[in-house]
Amino acid sequence: MSWKIWSLKKSPWVFHVNTGACNNCDIEIVDLLTPKFDVERFGIKLVGSPRHADALLVTGGVTAQAAPRLREVYRQTPKPCVVFAIGACACDKGIFTTGYHMVGPVDKIIKEIDPNAIIAYVPGCPPKPEAMISGIVKALAAL
Amino acid sequence: MTEALQSLFWIIVFPGFLFTVAFGLFASWIVRKVSALVQWRVGPPLFQPFYDVVKLMGKEILVPQEAQQAVFMAAPLVGMAGVLLLSTMLWRITIAQTAFVGDIIVAIYLMVLPSLALILGSSASASPHASVGTSREMKLVMSYELPLVLAFIVVIIKTGGQLNLAAIAQQVPALSISGMLAFLVALLCVQAKLGFVPFDIAEAETEVASGVLIEYSGALLAVWKLMQAMMLVALPLFLVMVFLGGFGASLWTGLGKYVLILVLVILIKNTNPRMRIDQAMKFFWFYCGLALAIAVTLAIIGNYCGINWL
Repeated sequence: MSWKIWSLKKSPWVFHVNTGACNNCDIEIVDLLTPKFDVERFGIKLVGSPRHADALLVTGGVTAQAAPRLREVYRQTPKPCVVFAIGACACDKGIFTTGYHMVGPVDKIIKEIDPNAIIAYVPGCPPKPEAMISGIVKALAAL
Repeated sequence: MTEALQSLFWIIVFPGFLFTVAFGLFASWIVRKVSALVQWRVGPPLFQPFYDVVKLMGKEILVPQEAQQAVFMAAPLVGMAGVLLLSTMLWRITIAQTAFVGDIIVAIYLMVLPSLALILGSSASASPHASVGTSREMKLVMSYELPLVLAFIVVIIKTGGQLNLAAIAQQVPALSISGMLAFLVALLCVQAKLGFVPFDIAEAETEVASGVLIEYSGALLAVWKLMQAMMLVALPLFLVMVFLGGFGASLWTGLGKYVLILVLVILIKNTNPRMRIDQAMKFFWFYCGLALAIAVTLAIIGNYCGINWL
């Protein structure tokens, strides 16, 4: 394991991207960052710019409008980085599978520009904060 | 030759780079840990700031296409050089009494350098968020520099016109009415210099998405983080030397004073909401300016009539 991956596991800074979610997953992500769950224990910190981020928390099934923005945000994130698809919509479009405006899911859009991207999935509608912590821990252990 | 080597050792190893970085990362851990305890949570592990810097060093450096590349890359190094020099100078004065006349003025100049570098770097990055952050940082520098310099003038009057930090550190100007006023105002100015919460207007994460630092990534961001960690050592140390009588006889009393200032800064950080830039300017120029006008007057009267507690 290289020192880059080792240190990335010790301090994954996250950036939150909404690509057309119904806001439910976003509320749960904000819950995750409250003192009750205290993710700073693992070095996880919310940052305001994708250029500072190591992990993108993507919610929503990627609308036609949001897809170019998601690609741009992924390009702006310095590598190595991890993409987390949070919620049923981000994992496989959820109840919006047949929606005319949905071009996702997230992994398809990301793999278009970077076939080797590291993508982790946290399903649920919405996933609980505990489920997100569990997903992040498992994904980092698998790196 | 040996003298040059010795100076190099001072700058790179002992009171300089390595020591200040280690001390600064520890201090920034204290900031995060105490904030966590105030919010009733566990907080990050001891080596968290170290992990953050190592991780940033290993990441890709992205330079925006429109950016002025040379300035964008050089600005963090300029800022860090300024803080490094300041910190080395202050520790050398503390340990070996190598002060010279006028070093308080040199220190005041060196303290502006990080903010100037931040303004330079962010305005070179060609981002609209960064330009908002830059304009806020500029206004903030203009608002706190005046009260800060006035606070040091109070100290210079109280110590009988001393411009030598080692001589100033022999006395405790904070043990008088004017000195106490000046100390409190200087503490707030240091809060603004460190970019901590009531005055983190330029870096506001929720409004301008980390403002001045928005376009920085990888090793360049790591240099900014190291610079901020080193400022966390140099600025409280400077306040200890100017207002609280320096390290004096024992190392532990000096460290105690340093920790006292650090904890005061952290508590102010955790109990206040962010100000708007116009509120910050009004606060520094009107309220702090008025307090310092009173302090300077009291100090002059006290000096003239020989009343030490004024």
